[in-house]
Amino acid sequence: MLEIKDLHATVEGSEILKGITLTINPGEVHAIMGPNGAGKSTLSAVLAGRDGYEVTQGSITFDGKDLMEMEVEERAQAGLLMGFQYPVEIPGVKNIYLLKSALNAQRAAQGLDEMPAPEFMKLIKEKISFMKMDSSFLHRAVNEGFSGGEKKRNEILQMLVLQPKLALLDEIDSGLDIDAMKVVAEGVNSLRDENRAILMVTHYQRLLNHITPDQVHVLIDGRIAKSGDRHLAEELEARGYEWVIEEPAA
Amino acid sequence: MATEAMEQLARREYKQGFVTDIESDTVPPGLDESVIAFISEKKGEPQWMLDWRLEAYHQWLKMTSPSWAHLDYPPIDYQAISYFSAPKKPEDRPQSLDEVDPKLLETYEKLGIPLHERAALAGVAVDAVFDSVSVTTTFRERLAEAGVIFCSISEAIREYPELVRQYLGSVVPQGDNYFAALNSAVFTDGSFVYIPEGVTCPMELSTYFRINAANTGQFERTLIVCDKRAQVSYLEGCTAPQRDENQLHAAVVELVALEDAYIKYSTVQNWYPGDEDGKGGIYNFVTKRGDCRGDRSRISWTQVETGSAITWKYPSCLLRGNDSKGEFYSVAVTNGRQQADTGTKMIHIGKNTSSTIVSKGIAAGKSNQSYRGLVKVSPRATGSRNFTQCDSLLIGDKCGAHTFPYQEIGNSRSTIEHEATTSKIGDDQLFYCKSRGISEEDAVSMIVNGFCKDVFQELPMEFAVEAEALLSVTLEGSVG
Ligand SMILES: Nc1ncnc2c1ncn2[C@@H]1O[C@H](COP(=O)(O)OP(=O)(O)O)[C@@H](O)[C@H]1O
Ligand SMILES: [Mg+2]
Repeated sequence: MLEIKDLHATVEGSEILKGITLTINPGEVHAIMGPNGAGKSTLSAVLAGRDGYEVTQGSITFDGKDLMEMEVEERAQAGLLMGFQYPVEIPGVKNIYLLKSALNAQRAAQGLDEMPAPEFMKLIKEKISFMKMDSSFLHRAVNEGFSGGEKKRNEILQMLVLQPKLALLDEIDSGLDIDAMKVVAEGVNSLRDENRAILMVTHYQRLLNHITPDQVHVLIDGRIAKSGDRHLAEELEARGYEWVIEEPAA
Repeated sequence: MATEAMEQLARREYKQGFVTDIESDTVPPGLDESVIAFISEKKGEPQWMLDWRLEAYHQWLKMTSPSWAHLDYPPIDYQAISYFSAPKKPEDRPQSLDEVDPKLLETYEKLGIPLHERAALAGVAVDAVFDSVSVTTTFRERLAEAGVIFCSISEAIREYPELVRQYLGSVVPQGDNYFAALNSAVFTDGSFVYIPEGVTCPMELSTYFRINAANTGQFERTLIVCDKRAQVSYLEGCTAPQRDENQLHAAVVELVALEDAYIKYSTVQNWYPGDEDGKGGIYNFVTKRGDCRGDRSRISWTQVETGSAITWKYPSCLLRGNDSKGEFYSVAVTNGRQQADTGTKMIHIGKNTSSTIVSKGIAAGKSNQSYRGLVKVSPRATGSRNFTQCDSLLIGDKCGAHTFPYQEIGNSRSTIEHEATTSKIGDDQLFYCKSRGISEEDAVSMIVNGFCKDVFQELPMEFAVEAEALLSVTLEGSVG
């Protein structure tokens, strides 16, 4: 589904990603861990297509297509969706309006008509109650005045509505109390199926207690220093990152 | 954000530009007493009206064009302007739509204003102004039943001279400012509305202003009087054909609200802003003022300003009655090389008066805009309140937004609150929307409409829809 080969990327002239190779198959959940400043958010930003990140070498293929040739919105329409670490506030734009526009943009890209209003409302009601959010959130401005936890739930709500093929989650657990973390994790887990994949970026192992990854990668200084199964996460939790750096790259 | 895409904002073409070819009966360019006499004569005006015009003219001669606004434009040659133009035979005015020049109807079609449909469907009375003379007026009977007078100002001068004489210039005196003085001398048309005591106008009143004859200044004069406990909602909208010469527009709007009366005046302004270099756009110097003359009266201005090369406009309220209320809700969008200096004045004179100002400025391209707001509370206006919210949104980094709030508070028993923000349309906001699959164009329009929501919700329903569409048209071409 996603194939990253020898990816190098620079931000403002300095190289942050220094040769990342990673393959994610349908049905898999991958976690990327690593110390602060390792390049985890840079990797998600490059995948989502944020301005200011320049790919200098390597390739990214998504569903057989060259991702670098696709605009930000095309990536989303094709099913690559990013859950933000710091979702922005958009004053005056109702949450439900954003959801509807996003869903219909995706449908238009697939050659489908807009979803009829009753069907849309039914879908939204179901998803919002799954996320244990009050329906008043639909009529509030996007993320405006939301607490950190509410913003994260709102990100997952969007995922549940848009049903991405590949969900990209950057520090989706940061700022969450344990209850909110459970709700968010349940939301993410409900996305899991054999046709979908998830790439989570996280600092801490605790999220991985709730969302069990198939593979864990340790990103250090722009390179994947080590990969393993979920036990690697536990080992990192216990021993920190230092020992990985000292070992030769996997 | 993709800056090159944003820059395309400045390169969008004016969507509603076209020229209708109707033969005009135009006086040669230039202004002197004989031109004013010609206008007055053409309009069949009584002597007092001509005297009033001439008085204004003499005051104007002694005045100079204001230079305090944050605007930059070449001096206007008032002798190069033609002050009167009318369809060829004014006495052959069409009595119904069937008699209206099909070309004019076509013009309305292009503007998306199918007059008959619109009037019939929306229950809106339309007094369409074309080349300085009203060519069609509908729904007169229904309004007459309610005792409402809605006609052209020229007709009002002939038919209701007492009312006009009593109120004309009572809010904006002839010598109020340079442009108002010019307007008083040469105004050619506009609307007159009178709502009698206790009457709520049975429909929204609407006038579409058009500028059409090349090189003809347009001087509209609108007077709305709401008697005790009366109410009216008035809609003004305008667009202009694409052309090459700068056109001066200096309108005056006067509103009078007596005891417990309520006037809601809404404007969507979309005049030709000029080409990429600002060439050919409309110069719009407008004096709009409402007088809350009676106790508990209320005047509300709502405006969406997207057009014109230059806008100079400060709809204001004189809060003279005790417990009277003034409101100003404004969205101003500038793009390309447009310049706008707009704002409002709230003059608190009566006790316990209150005013609300919500101003949303959006600047894109190389445009420049200023908000200028005066809140003045006189010593006897105790217990008065003002709330001002003034937000600017910048699109791209070649535009500018400036805020000039002035406050003169004459007593300590009044409350004034002022909030102001300036933000750039966030790269982050745009990226967020796009990463949800929403196109840049839709994302910009979504964010901008969200920014303007507080003002749009003050507009009458169908105008709100038009305003949103207008913003989308304005922002069209933002995708590379
Ligand atoms: N927009 C940016 N401008 C300059 N430097 C950046 C930018 N984004 C990231 N960096 C730098 O790139 C490195 C990796 O950052 P990031 O990807 O955010 O790390 P992580 O998410 O793993 O903590 C850091 O040294 C950071 O300072
Ligand atoms: Mg990070």
